[in-house]
Amino acid sequence: MKKIATLVGATVAIMATAGAHANTLETVKNRGAVQCGVSDGLPGFSATDSTGRWQGIDADVCRAVAAAVFGDAEKVNFVSLTATERFTALQSGEIDILSRNTTWTLTRDASLGLNFTGVNYYDGQGFLVSKDLGVDSAKELDGASVCIQSGTTTELNLADYFRLNGMSYEPVLYDTSDQTVGGFEAGRCDVLTSDQSQLYALRIQLSDPDSAVVLPEVISKEPLGPVVRQGDDAWFNVVKWSLYAMINAEEMGITTANAEEMKSSNDPSIQRFLGVSGNMGELLGVSNDWAFNISKQVGNYGEVFERTVGTGSPLNIARGLNALWTDGGLQYAPPVR
Amino acid sequence: MNPNNRNGLSRLFYNPTARSLFFQALILGLLLYFVMTIVGNVMTNLHQRGISTGFGFLSQPAGFGISQTLIEYNETFSFGRTFFVGLLNTLLVSFLGVIAATFLGVIIGISRISPNWMLRKISMVYVEILRNIPLLLQIFFWYYVVLQTLPRPRDSLSFGESIFINIRGVFLPKPVPDAGFSFYVALLVASVVAVVALTIWAKRRMRDTGQQFPVFWTSIAILLGTAVIGFFITGRPMVLDYPELRGLNFRGGITILPELIALWFALTIYTSTYIGEIVRSGIESVSHGQTEACRALGINEGQRMKLVILPQAMRVMIPPMTSQYLNLTKNSSLATAIGYPDLVSVFAGTTLNQTGQAIEIISMTMMVYLTISILVSMFMNWFNRRVALVER
Repeated sequence: MKKIATLVGATVAIMATAGAHANTLETVKNRGAVQCGVSDGLPGFSATDSTGRWQGIDADVCRAVAAAVFGDAEKVNFVSLTATERFTALQSGEIDILSRNTTWTLTRDASLGLNFTGVNYYDGQGFLVSKDLGVDSAKELDGASVCIQSGTTTELNLADYFRLNGMSYEPVLYDTSDQTVGGFEAGRCDVLTSDQSQLYALRIQLSDPDSAVVLPEVISKEPLGPVVRQGDDAWFNVVKWSLYAMINAEEMGITTANAEEMKSSNDPSIQRFLGVSGNMGELLGVSNDWAFNISKQVGNYGEVFERTVGTGSPLNIARGLNALWTDGGLQYAPPVR
Repeated sequence: MNPNNRNGLSRLFYNPTARSLFFQALILGLLLYFVMTIVGNVMTNLHQRGISTGFGFLSQPAGFGISQTLIEYNETFSFGRTFFVGLLNTLLVSFLGVIAATFLGVIIGISRISPNWMLRKISMVYVEILRNIPLLLQIFFWYYVVLQTLPRPRDSLSFGESIFINIRGVFLPKPVPDAGFSFYVALLVASVVAVVALTIWAKRRMRDTGQQFPVFWTSIAILLGTAVIGFFITGRPMVLDYPELRGLNFRGGITILPELIALWFALTIYTSTYIGEIVRSGIESVSHGQTEACRALGINEGQRMKLVILPQAMRVMIPPMTSQYLNLTKNSSLATAIGYPDLVSVFAGTTLNQTGQAIEIISMTMMVYLTISILVSMFMNWFNRRVALVER
């Protein structure tokens, strides 16, 4: 089994190497590519397209980091991981960033030796049910069989929700999202539960998407974001600010198309951001045009959102909580100065 | 140089006992150093990366549900409890698998050398096909191809409105003890004692007088008779709790998960092919002279197999059979592929992911499989010594 092999391999790696990974930024530069942990195929977040290229909002975070470090967004090696494998892969140094629709929680921050660098998607857990079940609310799900992907916060929220509402359920655990959808489609379970964004993504994978509906209840907070190893602040900063650069770029109105001409803007904050003046990149340990490269090669947060999960994609998810703070959403980045 | 003139040190060097002691100590030292380095590295690395260590997590509340629990369990129980829930599920499927695979394997093995051409060929095809398809694929076949074509709960296959089969599993009525149940149990125990006594008596009589007694059929009659007649005499001390479709799923009764069925079928069928070959080779290893001797003495076919051939074949069969039992137990960890909540899926899967303590959990899981395997080996070795040829 691949999963066991990864876990054992990672355990051995922890046993054998003494104090490596002290300086991830240096390691990444020497390697010439960012090792990026992504999902095993979740449309909109990280999934391969027909040409084998990883697409999605999570994949683009890694591209932004590569653009900042190398000035080339394509210098990323994507590593596909199941939910169970992901933290061990990061802890053992197999990957440099975990960008895999991972929920930021206290336990993960405090006991796994990891740091969340920010939130690239504000999500919440919901339920997908088949239409012919005739259920309109999650409160009517007493006694249901529920398909879940193992090793996720979803599993815990589900247990809490059913217990709180005095309902019983039968959990049916699968390893990958494909298997989960397969189980749901075959009728092994009545309900599929996951983050709402994923439910929309999984729904379009069904052979008949109209046969299923997403229930209105959102039962948890699921802030999803990139994760790095704890104790390497330089690398933590690079990843954190690569994400912030995308959000700042949207706020400043810098896009892939106009990045070049924005360089001649006389707004000092835009000049600083694009590296025309100041030494912002140097302070992070990368080149000064880091944010320009991100905007030019990957695009700003809004562009990426629309292209991967928003109106420009089959998922067609509204910005909602993920709009900029100036538009009533939660996406807010500290200033580059 | 005269060997007698060597000084103390070189005399020690040429002393075989001293030399072997020296090298053994050296290797032991290196081994200790190796282990210490690994432990030291692990502790340093974990500490450096801020990963918590230790077994304290075992007493924390687990907070997730498990679909099949043989002991009482819910979300408020601890992570330590999930270990036992998973372990028992592993033991359950291994136990069922070992019993069924042995039974099926013996039938296949005997069919392989049957004088009936048809039977011989069918069992040969069975063995050759099923032992050459990887086990994981067979598990997927049973789970995804066979079981997932079953109807949904509302259109369940129903047998007498008491047994239901659908994609969520098999739902059986559950016997619930009622008044007078302890008396009924006592009656059953008494019937078992009677059967044991009968067997001993029949053996003794045969030894003394040579007369035979149909022990097997009499025992069956005693057991079944007591079970049925006793049930009515004691005033039907059990009621059946029938499964019933309420809301989305069947409630009540006993549920057998489709994951368990798929895994059990796959493990049984795969292992039975190997056991079949072991049985065949065991029987064929008994010299043909034994068969001829039996015929000469007028022993019939059934008794020949039971009293002469199988006891001798057992000596050859038991060691490889042990390996198959161990394999089956270890292969049961493939359960995680279809979501059967065994030790690997529950403990080394969900619990590991919720706590992140990979080293502790993987070590504990490995220790469990090691312990199970060693216990099975010890039992089989003891059994092997019992049936081994005692040379006089």
